[in-house]
Amino acid sequence: MIRGRVIKYGDDVDTDVIIPARYLKHGADPQVLKEHAMEDLDPEFGSKVRERTIIVAGRNFGCGSSREQAPLALKYAGVRAILAESFARIFFRNAINVGLPVMEVPGISEAVEDGDEVEVDLERGLVRVLGRGGERVLRGTRIPEFLMEILEAGGLVPYLRRRFHAEDSPDTG
Amino acid sequence: MGATMTQKILSSKVGREVESGEHVVVDVDLVYAHDGTAPLAIDVLERMGLGVESPGRVVFTIDHAAPAPHAEAAALHLQMRAFASRHGIRIFDVGQGISHQVIPESGLVSPGMVVIGADSHTVTLGAYGSFATGVGSTDAAIAMARGRIWLRIPEVMAIRLEGRLREHVMARDAILEIIGRLGSDGANYMAVEFLGSAVEAMSVDSRVVLSNMSVEMGAKVGLVPVDSTTIRWLEERGVSAEPLAPDGDAEYDYEHVLNAGEIKPNVALPGNVDRVVPVEEREGVPVNEVFIGSCSGGRFEDFLQAARILRGRRVREGVRCIAAPASRNIYESLAESGLLAELVRSGCVVGPPTCGPCIGAHMGILGPGEVVASTSTRNFPGRMGHPTSQIYLVSPLTAAATAVRGQLTDPGRFVS
Repeated sequence: MIRGRVIKYGDDVDTDVIIPARYLKHGADPQVLKEHAMEDLDPEFGSKVRERTIIVAGRNFGCGSSREQAPLALKYAGVRAILAESFARIFFRNAINVGLPVMEVPGISEAVEDGDEVEVDLERGLVRVLGRGGERVLRGTRIPEFLMEILEAGGLVPYLRRRFHAEDSPDTG
Repeated sequence: MGATMTQKILSSKVGREVESGEHVVVDVDLVYAHDGTAPLAIDVLERMGLGVESPGRVVFTIDHAAPAPHAEAAALHLQMRAFASRHGIRIFDVGQGISHQVIPESGLVSPGMVVIGADSHTVTLGAYGSFATGVGSTDAAIAMARGRIWLRIPEVMAIRLEGRLREHVMARDAILEIIGRLGSDGANYMAVEFLGSAVEAMSVDSRVVLSNMSVEMGAKVGLVPVDSTTIRWLEERGVSAEPLAPDGDAEYDYEHVLNAGEIKPNVALPGNVDRVVPVEEREGVPVNEVFIGSCSGGRFEDFLQAARILRGRRVREGVRCIAAPASRNIYESLAESGLLAELVRSGCVVGPPTCGPCIGAHMGILGPGEVVASTSTRNFPGRMGHPTSQIYLVSPLTAAATAVRGQLTDPGRFVS
């Protein structure tokens, strides 16, 4: 269960604003990514994310380039989950691979206000909104089981490491 | 019921008939990554202690910040070269070209292949009949290490472009029209197949523009049937190929038909690729820069078209017109055909093959409030430079007309 307050954005939040290419010259330096995440869209993001750790957005979150530094930047900045009406394909895949929970939740951008508190149950695909207008539950698209395993491991690298380890040493697997 | 191109390719890969929605693991025929994504993939492989299973199926390109604009980029290039040489991976180094162009030009792509690229515009290779899709660095790294990847079999959308494009209208205008109508998530997660008489009539240089931009509406792949035009292009590069097309009675999940003859020169307004209007409605917007290049608009045909307008004319005083061929081969063809001299004479700054300007890495970065008319791929805020700069996406013909007049201009004024 992930619980936190919401930072809310609109449709088509693209990877160029999540982390501009000008900050990729160091490869994927966590400090650089963390510092500049979302700055072209929301200069206040860095201070907001200290208290609010869940992003809610409209359609097509993460559209644009395939840069994995985009979900990494959000993860390093402290974001614990992203709930959106829909995600762009590559971003969704990258987010799972770096261990950042993402879930499609139809109706979320209507139901949630900036600053609301939400509770996310990834396994059951449910979001409990503890908003000003009282409590309500939204149903999201459940993450397929094998992707949940990747998320639970903290990303594709730790997941595969664990599996390879199990394969290599059957006694301990 | 007949099969789509997507079903044909993936069913043959998996070894049985596949249906949309199922997850499959497929062998990958080619994996590539560039200086923006390869370093992170290398980190993943090294952290996991993994090697590269079939180095012959892996390619690196140094194209995003090439030649290196700063020491940090140079260090990433060094890291790539060292890794490539250690593992026997082919690398296209500085100046050889943008991955999506230099890889097919070098005879590394053929119809029916599954291609994974650590770049969203990998979809470009769908124009050669390969199931080519973009992923992030970690996925690419695992595909390099293991030679396989998991995929969800996508729903399939047919886009039929029927009739004939007008003389001053390019494939670029057609794909902007399509994205404008369907929206920037109109084909999210889907395979798109570009069909119809207008597509059949197009050169390979035009078809790749359709495939290339299909990702701007979320597509996983943008396929074009393989016909005699494709086969000739591939054969000239040492690749033999058979025709590959959907069955006549293939059933699509979604279908759109456009009349090519009605399409006008289009422009995507700053902010999002789906904000498309005819250029004639925005004529007069003053520009500081024009960019003709990138994996979307830097091929021989693009410069040939631009030269129809630039020949014998000058780029307007106060405007910088930057041209960057997508590969060394194209650069050479421009030189041999005399087009290079014409571009230079008209006042263009002709740079090396690089993605630089498109991603704001170098060679034409925009300052605060500056405006560019560009043949590149995206117009999100800040992509080509300062967050307040403005990117108008246009065809090479419109770019040339705009360079000459210093303001957004319908190329119909020069060419008809």
